[in-house]
Amino acid sequence: MVTSVTNLGRSGLSDWLIQRVTGVILLAYFIFIAVVVFGCGPDYAEWKALFSNACVRIFSLAAILSIGMHAWIGLWSVSTDYLTRYTLTLKLGPAVGDKANMLRWLFQAASAVCLFTYVVWGIQILWG
Amino acid sequence: MTSVIITVNDKRPVNLDIGSIDLPITAHASILHRVTGVLLVAGVALLLWLLDASLASEESFNAIASASDSFFCKLALWGVLSILIYHSVAGVKHLLMDLGVGETLEGGVLGAKLVFLVSAVLIVLVGAFIW
Repeated sequence: MVTSVTNLGRSGLSDWLIQRVTGVILLAYFIFIAVVVFGCGPDYAEWKALFSNACVRIFSLAAILSIGMHAWIGLWSVSTDYLTRYTLTLKLGPAVGDKANMLRWLFQAASAVCLFTYVVWGIQILWG
Repeated sequence: MTSVIITVNDKRPVNLDIGSIDLPITAHASILHRVTGVLLVAGVALLLWLLDASLASEESFNAIASASDSFFCKLALWGVLSILIYHSVAGVKHLLMDLGVGETLEGGVLGAKLVFLVSAVLIVLVGAFIW
């Protein structure tokens, strides 16, 4: 078995499970926020108080970390499917196709930087 | 005609040029799930920025509240939420199929149709809430 070093859980089955667990956390979080925003229409004081609550902060942190993992698995899947020598040669010609590994690595590196920034930003919003 | 080097088995018939295949509704649902997922990576930046500004101070909270009266702000928010809704509904379909619901060919087609239908209804509802 070939083990990829760039996928999150080092195995497809692990990534599959992480993608489901983080997906459920994010779905629960978005429903929670939607109910608060559209259902209650909080003013600033209520909104601020909500995010001062320890449970809401922990839930929000779980959502932020879930976004990082969920998006990494998704972007990894998409990039390893399409940013390949075969696909890029077919669509953009051999000059691009020959650089497929480098382009995919650059895309994944940029994705990692972006998602890490989101996680740090999220923590800063919650506890800054 | 572009030549492609296939190192594993040159005689294997391969057609990965999905643009040349007439795709079923299940494939469209799946591709849109991927497209919305990639778009959401950018959408998250907007949502995080909104959260940041809404919590920073009462002034910035009110600034967002008044900015969200403008047509283009509402459109941008509706756009991101529509993408989020489709991606979430398609995700729930995945979870149901993992539980063994609708794993047949007919079930898959019905599931894809339901994903489009339920998303459309939710997107219209959220749009009505925003306006």
